[in-house]
Amino acid sequence: MHIVVCIKQVPDSAQIRVHPVTNTIMRQGVPTIINPYDLFALEAALQLRDKFGGEVTVVTMGPPSAEDSLRKALTFGADRAVLLTDRFFAGADTLATTYALATAIRKVGSTFGVPDVVFTGKQTIDGDTAQVGPGIAKRLGLRQLTYVARIAGVDPSARTIDVERRSEGGVQVLRTKLPCLITMLEATNEIRRGSMAEALRAARATIIKWSAQDAGVEDLSKCGLKGSPTIVKKVFAPGPRTTKAAMVEAGDQPPAEALIEEIFKQQLGLEAKLVSIARGF
Amino acid sequence: MSQPTKAATPAPAGRAATKKALSEHLKAYKHVWVFVEQERGQIHPVSWELLGAGRKLADKLKVDLAAVVLGPPGVATQNAAAEAFCYGADLAYVVADELLADYRNEPYTKALTDLVNAYKPEILLLGATTLGRDLAGAVATTLLTGLTADCTQLDVDDEGSLAATRPTFGGSLMCTIYTLNYRPQMATVRPRVMAMPERKERPATRVIEHPLGMVEDDIVTKVLSFVPDRETSRSALAYADVVVAGGLGLGSPENFQLVRQLAAVLGAEYGCSRPLVQKGWVSSDRQIGQTGKTIRPRLYIAAGISGAIQHRVGVEGADLIVAINTDKNAPIFDFAHIGIVTDAIRLLPPLTEAFRRRLSPHSRDRIAS
Amino acid sequence: MVEEKFDAIVIGAGMAGNAAALTMAERGLKVLQIERGEYPGSKNVQGAILYSDMLEKLIPNFREDAPLERHLVEQRFWMMDDRSHVGLHYRSDDFNEQRPNRYTIIRAQFDKWFSKKVQEAGAVVICETTVTELLRNVEGRVIGVRTDRAAGQVLADVVVLAEGVNGLIGTRAGLRDTPKPANVALAVKEMHFLPRETIEARFNLKGDEGTVIEVAGTITRGMTGMGFIYANKECISLGIGCLVSEFQRAGETPYGLLERFKRHPSVAPLIEGSEVKEYSAHLIPEGGYKAIPQLYGDGWVVVGDAAQLNNAIHREGSNLAMTSGRLAGEAIFQLKSRREPMTAENLTLYKTMLDKSFIMKDLKKYKDMPALLHTQSQNFFLTYPQLVSKAMQAFVRVDGVPKLEKEKLTVKSFVAARSWLGLFWDAFRLARAWR
Ligand SMILES: Cc1cc2nc3c(=O)[nH]c(=O)nc-3n(C[C@H](O)[C@H](O)[C@H](O)COP(=O)(O)OP(=O)(O)OC[C@H]3O[C@@H](n4cnc5c(N)ncnc54)[C@H](O)[C@@H]3O)c2cc1C
Ligand SMILES: Cc1cc2nc3c(=O)[nH]c(=O)nc-3n(C[C@H](O)[C@H](O)[C@H](O)COP(=O)(O)OP(=O)(O)OC[C@H]3O[C@@H](n4cnc5c(N)ncnc54)[C@H](O)[C@@H]3O)c2cc1C
Ligand SMILES: Nc1ncnc2c1ncn2[C@@H]1O[C@H](COP(=O)(O)O)[C@@H](O)[C@H]1O
Repeated sequence: MHIVVCIKQVPDSAQIRVHPVTNTIMRQGVPTIINPYDLFALEAALQLRDKFGGEVTVVTMGPPSAEDSLRKALTFGADRAVLLTDRFFAGADTLATTYALATAIRKVGSTFGVPDVVFTGKQTIDGDTAQVGPGIAKRLGLRQLTYVARIAGVDPSARTIDVERRSEGGVQVLRTKLPCLITMLEATNEIRRGSMAEALRAARATIIKWSAQDAGVEDLSKCGLKGSPTIVKKVFAPGPRTTKAAMVEAGDQPPAEALIEEIFKQQLGLEAKLVSIARGF
Repeated sequence: MSQPTKAATPAPAGRAATKKALSEHLKAYKHVWVFVEQERGQIHPVSWELLGAGRKLADKLKVDLAAVVLGPPGVATQNAAAEAFCYGADLAYVVADELLADYRNEPYTKALTDLVNAYKPEILLLGATTLGRDLAGAVATTLLTGLTADCTQLDVDDEGSLAATRPTFGGSLMCTIYTLNYRPQMATVRPRVMAMPERKERPATRVIEHPLGMVEDDIVTKVLSFVPDRETSRSALAYADVVVAGGLGLGSPENFQLVRQLAAVLGAEYGCSRPLVQKGWVSSDRQIGQTGKTIRPRLYIAAGISGAIQHRVGVEGADLIVAINTDKNAPIFDFAHIGIVTDAIRLLPPLTEAFRRRLSPHSRDRIAS
Repeated sequence: MVEEKFDAIVIGAGMAGNAAALTMAERGLKVLQIERGEYPGSKNVQGAILYSDMLEKLIPNFREDAPLERHLVEQRFWMMDDRSHVGLHYRSDDFNEQRPNRYTIIRAQFDKWFSKKVQEAGAVVICETTVTELLRNVEGRVIGVRTDRAAGQVLADVVVLAEGVNGLIGTRAGLRDTPKPANVALAVKEMHFLPRETIEARFNLKGDEGTVIEVAGTITRGMTGMGFIYANKECISLGIGCLVSEFQRAGETPYGLLERFKRHPSVAPLIEGSEVKEYSAHLIPEGGYKAIPQLYGDGWVVVGDAAQLNNAIHREGSNLAMTSGRLAGEAIFQLKSRREPMTAENLTLYKTMLDKSFIMKDLKKYKDMPALLHTQSQNFFLTYPQLVSKAMQAFVRVDGVPKLEKEKLTVKSFVAARSWLGLFWDAFRLARAWR
């Protein structure tokens, strides 16, 4: 099996700061990490490889520094890493991102073998759209399996795959044909730790670096800012609320009572509602 | 390199791409559409919320608001279309076909893409649910148009373009995104972000049926089975009227029981901040916030939660936020309505007790009799 | 067990480890460097001031791409009591030179950059890997390391211990003792983020100019210790540290001290409105010359903070770390090129090189200082600052008391607090230690 995993290097959002005046991201000192959701995809891919043999190729589109994330993916046990980096890719929205990634995956396929499964994370923590996976699937004509909680089985000879897919009201068990694209749900597995030999191999591995041209991009106008139908017009900080919380000072009353008083004072009608709920139970 | 990269360096005004220059054939795209999400006969309430938001956009643009209903032939699909009128739709497009009984990407993408190509809406809104996001991504890529995910605010500007505002960088920033020169302008919105409109009895006047034009053999993906959550006891956080949640401040999984006990007395759902899920104290479907559930209850009680931005974005829609925290400078007090600076572990038991007494005033009588 | 054998394994990718790995890799040795942090620098805490000289010896053109924050044009010393400070500023445009001598840096970024250079030189660097113990042969000679990865043993001719101040590998292997509480300080530090313009306005800086404030006085509540405030580009590093033994004695918490330090009326306006993003705690070796352990043995050498090479008086650590790492690397390379084995006897070369360097000379010079600060901490950190403040106030306040009387009062209060003899002894001891 050849499995491709798309990972993205993202700023650790817990440590992001916004310039109070210009509303731009202050990047200084913000460490980057592999998008946490992508690790579930990577582990699922490694498990498939371990079971059925083959190779895992990780692909990312990002700045040259995204090499760090790829090397880390190799340390976890991936076999090959491709960095798609080019100034033409800068400023891409999801549509332009999927164009570049789909083109690169096609090139990965023609160079190292056509992938049987392409994995992405459920979503990124910076872009946070959950759209790149479905977009790649569409562009490559792959069956799309999103929010997969478990890969229930693969039949290599029939070339089918069974998965449990999280839907809003339950779990769907789906069967489709390979090749397909899977977006993996979070908290479905735990990323492994590579052995010493894997760590050494990763430290020495050469990361394959492709420009737009190397990746086989024919139409640069579909990349980056140019190829993005969406336009960010305004960036602003979420406004603070003007009124602060009313602080409950207990006084002579027990604090629990004082708090309840305040709650019912601010939400007239809530008490009746709660009483009726309480009766119902 | 997707949207946030752009967010960090907003395009300078006056750049060609930021000017509206809609090509002729796209000018034919008119009207606002809302995808009505139906799964096994259940209509996802986000559909009605979106009709509420869509109504405002349509009125501002002076165009029609249409509901799009996909599903199997039968009462459920008919009812869904009929209900859409009660929530403000002017017309409904319906594709009813057995192949649409279960959600599958292939037939749903075809149905929705065909409708768009045939009837040309300028705005298409979907819920940012697992179904909506699965579908929206495929449809937008097929149509090669822009899609703004997880919006928190929708508006149209003076030129009639959709201004979709969404959080970025984990909620540290908001950005307003336009799809100026492509149609339709697509956006998804998470459940409970828009207010639920009032339901008004109205007749289903204009229902337009459209064929799917597919046979089962065209569809590679098969549904082997479906296990509804009813049978597994997952949370109904997003739609609860009262939510009680605990955070790291509770200190231990045992203390988290105090939250569950209060929730039980209030007939509430319980939830938590992300670290508790990461520690394995609480299951992930109980997480509230940016990477968890958005809630919009009438009352939200947060015990031992600091109020990080990622948590805040999930609870801000609550009518009344009550924060219990030992740190008077905790950020949660910046957006809570009522605050109390005290040890939650000590406050929760008497609070639960006091609520119990207060909410069942006759309990003593009953015990006596 | 990994089949492959290395010329040298370096434990740790801090200043000392990077210097050692770079020196050896550049000279063609096969080097493996192992770091437990997520990336080099992720766990490292430093003020931090970088001294150019020692880095230039390793990477002459470092200014071209190193992540430097600000070059220092000004140094301030503050002696504080609870409400005031008496300060000494030295600022000079001479420091706006072509090749500035001192910079503020952020270790997390700097170490990452440094490590890139090490990797470019050909060393194999692996992170998120903790060395758990030294491997020895039957004669007790160190022959490699065991790590926490699966099949995690690796062999090498020599192991360079650059594991920092409380490195467990060396102490666990019995190569040195755990540092005594009286010989290490515990420092806590926060990064306060502010827009660049705000920092420049508050500290009176232009462009990439930087400043450093070092603070002593009642902020440490009579304990031996110091506070510091460094201006970086978009953040202020602010911290305070005291000897661990003093914390034990006084029952104070480092965090409590830091909170008080931040609230001090001289400090609070500098950080007002800032966003705190990082809180960290770290030890600093303060034992000086007398606390230096055995520095080499059969198959191993120890460098940097792990070897207690730190000049507490001048707050220099990273440069001693870099220099000791470089010298260890050079010594190993020399032995290797002469095809000599890495025995204790041969590795004396490293010690000889150290002795000739500024490191040992400086540390010898201050060898009595740590003990002095320790025994006299009440005076240095509590009594004197208050007295100096009183004196200053008496001097500047215009209130109708005759000047002569004021001076007399000031002297009196000094004398009352400390006998003449005591003052004399303090001065004497200080002078001796500093010479
Ligand atoms: C990409 C990303 C996505 C995220 N998504 C989410 C999300 O969806 N939801 C979410 O919640 N978080 C999310 N987070 C995490 C978020 O940044 C915070 O770390 C988290 O919300 C903090 O949880 P907490 O408030 O429980 O813990 P803390 O921040 O540790 O706060 C604990 C609070 O309890 C108080 N306290 C302590 N003891 C007591 C006591 N005895 N009684 C009362 N109060 C006490 C403390 O003063 C403190 O304010 C996300 C983070 C990232 C990076
Ligand atoms: C608050 C503070 C302020 C300071 N200010 C200054 C200053 O302004 N100027 C200055 O010159 N010096 C300063 N110092 C001192 C300076 O930081 C140290 O002297 C210097 O970092 C020592 O370098 P090192 O390489 O020996 O140790 P470290 O930088 O501590 O590096 C040790 C490395 O080894 C790794 N490690 C440890 N054990 C293992 C293991 N078992 N396996 C794998 N890896 C391991 C660690 O993760 C770490 O990366 C300051 C120190 C502190 C705490
Ligand atoms: N620049 C990128 N390079 C590689 N993969 C990406 C990139 N952006 C997004 N992805 C993948 O697409 C998934 C969904 O991303 P998003 O649509 O941004 O939420 C992520 O979890 C990644 O697996």
